[in-house]
Amino acid sequence: MTEPVLLPTPRRLIDATIDGRNVRVPEGTTVLEACSEQGTEIPTLCYGDTLTPRNACRVCVVEVEGARTLAPACSRRLEPGMSVATDSERVRHGRKLVLELLGSSVDLSTTPGVAAWMERYGAEPERFGPRAAPAAMGVRDARRAGEHHPGDGTTAETVEQPPKVDNELYVRDYSKCITCYKCVDACGDQWQNTFAIGVAGRGFDARISTEHDVALPDSACVYCGNCVEVCPTGALSFTTEFEMRRAGTWKEEEQTQTTTVCTYCGVGCNVTLHVQENEIVKVTSPHDNPVTHGNLCIKGRFGFQHVQRRGND
Amino acid sequence: MDLRLLDEAPTIAERDAVDSFLGEPESGWDGGTRQDSHLRYARGGHAARDRRDLLLPALHAVNDRVGWISRGALNHICRRLTIPPAEAYAVASFYAMFALHERPRRVVHLCTDIACAAAGAGRLRDRLNERLGAAGSSDAGTTWHESPCLGLCERAPAALALQADAPARYAVAAPATPRALDALTESPADDDTTSGSTNGHGPRNGLTFHDRPLPGASAEPDPATAIPDAGSPDHVLLRRIGRIDPLSLDDYRAAGGYAALREALRLGPAGVIREVTDSGLVGRGGAAFPTGRKWNATAQQPVTPHYLVCNADESEPGTFKDRVLMEGDPFAVVEAMTIAGYAIGARTGYLYIRGEYPRALTHLENALVQARERGLLGPDVMGAGFAFDIEIRRGAGAYICGEETAIFGSIEGLRGEPRSKPPFPVEKGLFGRPTAVNNVETLVNVLPVLLMGGPAYAAQGTEGSTGTKLFCLSGGVRRPGLYEMPFGATLGDLVEAAGGMPEGRSIRAVLLGGAAGTFVRGDELDIPLTFEGARASGTSLGSGVVLVLDDTADLIATLVRVAAFFRDESCGQCVPCRVGTVRQEEALVRLRSGASPERELPLLREVGQAMRDASICGLGQTAWNAVESAVDRLGLFTDSTTTAPDARATTEEAR
Repeated sequence: MTEPVLLPTPRRLIDATIDGRNVRVPEGTTVLEACSEQGTEIPTLCYGDTLTPRNACRVCVVEVEGARTLAPACSRRLEPGMSVATDSERVRHGRKLVLELLGSSVDLSTTPGVAAWMERYGAEPERFGPRAAPAAMGVRDARRAGEHHPGDGTTAETVEQPPKVDNELYVRDYSKCITCYKCVDACGDQWQNTFAIGVAGRGFDARISTEHDVALPDSACVYCGNCVEVCPTGALSFTTEFEMRRAGTWKEEEQTQTTTVCTYCGVGCNVTLHVQENEIVKVTSPHDNPVTHGNLCIKGRFGFQHVQRRGND
Repeated sequence: MDLRLLDEAPTIAERDAVDSFLGEPESGWDGGTRQDSHLRYARGGHAARDRRDLLLPALHAVNDRVGWISRGALNHICRRLTIPPAEAYAVASFYAMFALHERPRRVVHLCTDIACAAAGAGRLRDRLNERLGAAGSSDAGTTWHESPCLGLCERAPAALALQADAPARYAVAAPATPRALDALTESPADDDTTSGSTNGHGPRNGLTFHDRPLPGASAEPDPATAIPDAGSPDHVLLRRIGRIDPLSLDDYRAAGGYAALREALRLGPAGVIREVTDSGLVGRGGAAFPTGRKWNATAQQPVTPHYLVCNADESEPGTFKDRVLMEGDPFAVVEAMTIAGYAIGARTGYLYIRGEYPRALTHLENALVQARERGLLGPDVMGAGFAFDIEIRRGAGAYICGEETAIFGSIEGLRGEPRSKPPFPVEKGLFGRPTAVNNVETLVNVLPVLLMGGPAYAAQGTEGSTGTKLFCLSGGVRRPGLYEMPFGATLGDLVEAAGGMPEGRSIRAVLLGGAAGTFVRGDELDIPLTFEGARASGTSLGSGVVLVLDDTADLIATLVRVAAFFRDESCGQCVPCRVGTVRQEEALVRLRSGASPERELPLLREVGQAMRDASICGLGQTAWNAVESAVDRLGLFTDSTTTAPDARATTEEAR
């Protein structure tokens, strides 16, 4: 017996203008989708291809004609007749400042693509002054909402603090965290439904945290690593990657990536093995997989040691 | 939901605080004692999770009883409401009035915001530092914090003490003389141990706070004292305040109360919206959106249910109009909400009041109880077959929750983070349903609209700004307080009504619209206080704040305070605001200590422009307004007279 094929309701096509060029897209298309269709690159950080946009980082802002403020390309849907500028003076200024504000407060050294964007928009994060000393462990997590100790302005406040290493599988280095909410959404109701982390605190002291900042083994974390999968800055990384980077032996250009099928159970998730010098150094999963959308469980994500156990070791 | 909770149990008091608010647990599934029979079924899904919106009041219940929220207490709340603990922690840590570490039962909130700072809050801060130790210290029996505006600006400087108890108690010192402040910090033996007639079980008579102030502290003056010309025949919105007992429904009805609701029921929902549209009434919370259009758009949404939210989270520094309305004429707020609910087709209205307003809360709670008793709220309002009731939600110290979409998050038990628009609240608001959000003053305006009719109301004021407006005067004028004036008066008229400046003082600057507003010069008193007039003068009325800084005021210190305010109150969601407010404060601190304006001002402008352009919500978009206007309008930092060395010396002293 044949199953009926469910087709989505047909969507009306609408006409709009992006950078002076006419585009015709299905109703509901976001500015970002339309731009990538026509080959206009828009920088994104908090946007995740498998997640609902949070509009938090504001690096993808574009100028919608007639609007008072800039709009986030990742979530603003094109409307009939809308005219969007993706590289106007205001847009360039907004993106430059967002990159500068992030660069001056967060360690972006492992964020892919950010250096090129900084150059493109002329961002100079150093102009806010020398970076303030990192906070000691636990200090940021203990801060109370609605108050802060103002410095003397000679240094630029940052979110930097020691990395949190409390389990063997992955490290949370929140000095690199831009608070994009992606890990929280992946852990929560968008994918994993584990809810081990949330955004705690407020304002500049907002941080990703378990309840009461307890260590991960005491939290609800199930080590699926789906937060690591979506982290755009390397704040969350495999312990292997973290340690190799610290030792200076992380060589991404030498790594190969092999996508295969996880051997643990019958679901058949795709795993992409990142291999350096014949050792698996991290595991990701293709986001376009129609079943898993880049999500794995603890076994597929972290259970690769047996593969490389050789001889008698 | 399969919750993983910490292995921590609540104390008896914590458990009792939560359970007396939520009711006893039904089974082992939601925090009760587990019995074998409970293992024969599972309780989960939406049935277990759909009470998420009770998270904020449950956190309040513990904080009100014990003074802080322990791990065991948070665990118990999570179990009762089926909320993951990381999410509950995320919400609890969002609010300034909740503590997640043990602290003394009594907390003094000392306002150090603009109006209070100008009235000498700095000396009071030193006094608390000396007597209680640094802010937040737990060594004495009382702890204290610096607070953003407490909305008591007409009696600046102000302090509020809250004490965890069953029921919780509070006291206000305003003006906070050293002696009045000391009364808040000392903990004399309780003079009244018999009052908790319910042995601490649940709010008695629907009231959250004890009916008497903390022992030793003096009672607050009558709400009408905030209105220097109380009883004036020209008053429309304030006409009852001072004339009636705000706790008496009979008084309210005898003074014309509930005539407007009767008229509304006669007109029908469409008729009410027509009158409100004809009246030209626009929102008084700051954005000046036409109320009739908002109601019409909400009423026409096919999705149900519709909700009404009354935004009483009045937190804009310098604003106290809604507090006076709620304290002095609470039934008017309830009646107006009922009319709005009727017009837009809502069965439930939420009144979101800031946590710093215990007396207004008490008066409103009393009003709800009485209105329900008389059938003015409930399943059959006034016997007209219309069902409507109001739930009060109390904020817990977060300015951002007054933003029209952040308020939804806060009510729903999420973090008070603004949402991207579109979709707009009229389409997807509270719980994702069509919602009208109105400020208290806006709603109260609906009563005269219905009583006099839309066109007659529109005849007051000017063409673009109809009706009357409440102005919150504070700072250096002789008679600070709440003034009601028809639109059309100038800034000078208002200052004159407030008695002008004391002998020998002149106006250095006026802050219009609060921290999110703009400064104007002392020689710009001819600005008409209308929406269109303010706009034409490059400023805005905002929420009606008129904060007068005289020639002794330290403008640079004021700007640093404004910058600190935005840094503290940013929700932290978007980068321009989260980091921009920090960089803005840092640059102003450098300027205060003598850094070169040629270097700092361009930097400030760039950051300011990015905050205005790229922030998600109005907080970030306006965080640079006051600073920009101080530079461009007052000539601060650019005019040699204001950055003279002696001016800087006073600034240093003021620190």
